[in-house]
Amino acid sequence: MSTAADTKTTGAGAAPGDGVRATRTPAPVREPAQAPDSAPVRETAPAREPGPAAAPAARNALRAAAHWLRAAALRSAAVLALLALWETAPRLGLVDSTFLPPVSEVAAAWWELAGNGQLAEHTQASLVRSFGGFGIAVVVAVPLGLLIGWYRPVAVLLGPLLEVFRNTAALALLPVFVLLLGIGETSKVSIVVYACVWPILLNTISAVGNADPTLVRLARSMDLSTPRLFQKVILPASVPAVFTGIRLAGAVSILVLVAAEMIGAKAGLGYLINASQFNFAIPEMYAGIVTISAIGVAFNQLLVIVERRLSLWRVPA
Amino acid sequence: MAKIVFESVTKTFPRKQAKGRRAGVLGAGGSFTALDGVDLEIGAGEFVVVVGPSGCGKSTLLDLLGGLTRPSSGRILLDGEPVTGPGLDRGIVFQQYALLPWRTALGNIEFGLEATGVPRRERTARAREFLDLVGLTGFEDRHPHELSGGMRQRVAIARSLAYDPDVLLMDEPFAALDAQTRESLQDELRRIWQRTGKTVVFITHGIEEAVYLGQRVAVMTSRPGRIKEAVPVSFGDRATGAGGEELRSSPEFARYRHEIWTLLHDEVARAQQLEKEEATV
Repeated sequence: MSTAADTKTTGAGAAPGDGVRATRTPAPVREPAQAPDSAPVRETAPAREPGPAAAPAARNALRAAAHWLRAAALRSAAVLALLALWETAPRLGLVDSTFLPPVSEVAAAWWELAGNGQLAEHTQASLVRSFGGFGIAVVVAVPLGLLIGWYRPVAVLLGPLLEVFRNTAALALLPVFVLLLGIGETSKVSIVVYACVWPILLNTISAVGNADPTLVRLARSMDLSTPRLFQKVILPASVPAVFTGIRLAGAVSILVLVAAEMIGAKAGLGYLINASQFNFAIPEMYAGIVTISAIGVAFNQLLVIVERRLSLWRVPA
Repeated sequence: MAKIVFESVTKTFPRKQAKGRRAGVLGAGGSFTALDGVDLEIGAGEFVVVVGPSGCGKSTLLDLLGGLTRPSSGRILLDGEPVTGPGLDRGIVFQQYALLPWRTALGNIEFGLEATGVPRRERTARAREFLDLVGLTGFEDRHPHELSGGMRQRVAIARSLAYDPDVLLMDEPFAALDAQTRESLQDELRRIWQRTGKTVVFITHGIEEAVYLGQRVAVMTSRPGRIKEAVPVSFGDRATGAGGEELRSSPEFARYRHEIWTLLHDEVARAQQLEKEEATV
């Protein structure tokens, strides 16, 4: 069931997926807690489990599998429909197959690129830049955000400035980065770092600022020192929001990089797409695009799973 | 010797902090007075309930005793020593439970023990023992969002008891619970109090709750808060083990309730008048 829910959230904005998760996951555990007191819960819970024999259990498993299959079919329907349309439209002459070759041709081109090692080379170049920049951003922005968030006057002081930076499209600054850092790797990784820092930083600052004041009072009443308060209350309370920032940054890291690679790169998926277009190798171009979306979806999915693991305790809204 | 002594304790706040439940009377220099000369003595092992109209400074009183704020003048003595800050000799139970949502019931109880430096293995054993005391055996691994309100408050009480403070400070702990749960927790609290012999200072705005729980009920004036009167409450029946409905429906109970209601009535009216005036300013 959880894997079915996983596939739901794709792309950067996970807002609709969040809603689905929030209502779905806590359902089985909340039921018993609704009982006002402990005694009835303890009596009913064990009685229900060993009660039914093996046959209904197997039937339940079967029903669960069927349910999962149906959910999976439902979720993949739109993607399959898109692929079908992509295949048939050029073949039926609805669109010019020179500019939009059928998906089977793109797949063949992709297979060839994968076979001759070009795809691996470009993907590797992109991932090194993307993950490098992303990693640097995480390492820099999380501690910085914790620090700024903790000293509230600093957060108030820097808030407007950070908003300005965040709302300045990273790609608009690409020429500036090229101007200052040259056309090589440094400027590409830097722009990824720049683009990734803001979502992480702003989410971390607000996470620290939004830590439940009652919990802070509790820790204070126990005479906890400030470092312990930070370690035992603020930090764990911030984890989910911080990770939301990290997930957003993960999506951004790939989006920005590809654009950066279209300017003055000699390798990378952005370069592959751009170069294929110049050379009129249209199926290869689409193969590059598809690869990027696959990487984006996979990376986001990975981060969603980690995020969920870290926010299991979060009170469902 | 009295366990806790309030000696003409006064607390004023700068005006800008004057929001919500700490609303008080506007004084000179933009400050306002939440508590004005509170005098109260609480004996060791005594169960004292403080009742008062909303905004009378009940919670401020508790914050002062907990060491979360300092009095503007006067002093609070605990075992003869002035209170200068928070400490593990006092445990606070908050109305909003204040459980760490990422920790299990057991983990939350251990949280208090971590501050005292109890070794890890002993912590778990102690936490289990106190979870058992509040009747939540079997719920060790539940997270707070998987527990009902009453269960959460039980965990919070267990947490405060586990590090063995001399004094238990309770800030309207049952106010957010439904009536049935509240009554069962009141019984539970009395049982725990009798068993552990803690000194309990319990804040509430419920008269019945005050009469039911307290050995003494201190009635506060509307703001600025003062102790109007401390009424000793004793039931002949209680010694014979009567509790619950039997006690609540006894004529003695009704008499106490009426006495405190009368004391409180004028204050509530005055508090409402003050609030209206403030709202129109």
